Amino acid sequence: MIIMNTKVIKTDMREDVVKAKNLTVGYKDKKIWQSANFEVKRGEFVAVIGPNGAGKTTMFRMLLGLQEPVSGDLKVFGEPPMRGNQRIGYVPQRHTIDNETNIECIELVHLAISGHKWGIGLTSSKEKELAYKALKDVGAAELAHKSLASLSGGELQRIFLAEALVSNPEMLLLDEPLSNLDIKRASDLVSLIDSVVQSRKVTTFLVAHDINPLIQFLDKVIYIANGKVATGTPKEVLTSKKLSELYGTHVEVLHDSMGHILIHSVYGMNEQPPDEEEHHDVER
Amino acid sequence: MRRNTMMLSVNLLAAFHSIFQYQFMQHAFEAGTIIAIVAGIIGYLVILRRTSFAAHAYAEIGFAGAAGSALIGINPLFGLLGASMTGGLIIALLGKRATNRDVEIGSVLAFALGLGLLFISLYTGYATEAYSILFGEILGISSYGVLITAIVSVVILVAAAFVYRPILFASLDEEVAEAKGMHTVLLGAIFMLLLAASVSIAIQVSGVLLIFALMVTPAATAVRLTKKPTYAIAISVLIALIATWSGLLIAFYEPYPVSFFIVSIVFGLYLLVRLISWKR
Repeated sequence: MIIMNTKVIKTDMREDVVKAKNLTVGYKDKKIWQSANFEVKRGEFVAVIGPNGAGKTTMFRMLLGLQEPVSGDLKVFGEPPMRGNQRIGYVPQRHTIDNETNIECIELVHLAISGHKWGIGLTSSKEKELAYKALKDVGAAELAHKSLASLSGGELQRIFLAEALVSNPEMLLLDEPLSNLDIKRASDLVSLIDSVVQSRKVTTFLVAHDINPLIQFLDKVIYIANGKVATGTPKEVLTSKKLSELYGTHVEVLHDSMGHILIHSVYGMNEQPPDEEEHHDVER
Repeated sequence: MRRNTMMLSVNLLAAFHSIFQYQFMQHAFEAGTIIAIVAGIIGYLVILRRTSFAAHAYAEIGFAGAAGSALIGINPLFGLLGASMTGGLIIALLGKRATNRDVEIGSVLAFALGLGLLFISLYTGYATEAYSILFGEILGISSYGVLITAIVSVVILVAAAFVYRPILFASLDEEVAEAKGMHTVLLGAIFMLLLAASVSIAIQVSGVLLIFALMVTPAATAVRLTKKPTYAIAISVLIALIATWSGLLIAFYEPYPVSFFIVSIVFGLYLLVRLISWKR
């Protein structure tokens, strides 16, 4: 507890990288979630959790300036979100690569720093070096000359992470990198992401269905469900009281000895994350 | 001209020497070479963007344009370019997802083929004209045709070199490219115009119906051989060139259509490469 407290004090000294005030998103006739308030500081590792269709990807689209809020105020690096913000690295939700995409991995990472430039650009050895370094940083140097189509889900996510990191962003948006990964691979990837967060001081948002693989690394949770958003530290948000308010039905948060949680509704929760039940079995 | 009494010589130098004494063969080689280069390069992007169906659609839309311009006495190449590029622009402006709308594109191309058929039947010399647009007639290309082909090709190649990296990135990872502020819809539209123009000139060699032989198969073969885009483009061009040159060479001695030989060569190479990669 003492350690936690000092971390909170330190956290407050840092600047707000993202600040949302009374934010409502969606479309005029159909709001996805509303009245959200949250701040994220530099270097924080934030999970965005919630059931399918809750509007997690929509939050990323807003941070990227690809979608406007319906109302409220959103600031990214102290300014309204803008499209093409070079300070943000983005990994969209993607399960597979077409098995005919026979292109080596380093090419994709390389294009992430050179793809906006006109011309053929045959002389770009410095950029190639940067791309190789980004692959090395995510422990994927040996995949540099492998075909994208030949990679496993976990390997692909490393490449996508390198693609996002190569331009040296201050903020990372990772949309469901853990889906389709088994528990071992998911926890490896989370450790890798955490080490990136720590070493580069990059503010990271990670969308997931299941919070358990992440829980020990997180500074903050943004929990979206039922058109509402709850934010705070995992300890603050992942309580029976807070989630019952959010879902509008009685929800219990159960803990195991390892600090994992199980979100459980006595009355049967309609919007339960699909991965939850599977996880339940494994954890027991 | 097809009833050549000479035999296909083992001595290629001597063979080319005798072939180039005929001006129509010279023109055919000039145009065929230029077209193979363009088709090989643009074909790689077709494979990467998975727009081979659109490539076929532009060819058939171009057929209507070619038949229509033949009817009113304009060089069919202009009709081809006009119709397919208009079609390309419309499909591109419908948005990125439109390029994958098989049903819509299919309906439009069926209508275009029907329209072409009407124009052809209204045109008196219809049988030969239709035949050469549908299956290609590179041996009939004039020096003026070669000139137009060269000009269009230079424009395509310069434009393609200019947008090469952005199109490569947007094709490989459209969402990230968009998030980085790149205009992916505009890039898609530029690509569709380049594709339509390339298809239009390639039709002179392969015809409307055999357009895959130059625009798709060489690049599809190349991506199975290398993981590097620049190498894949080089191999794709090489395959298109080998097929075109050999096709012309064989057709000079044998009384069968050039496009048949070209299709057979690219298909043979494609099969061979698939067989090798399957065995591995």
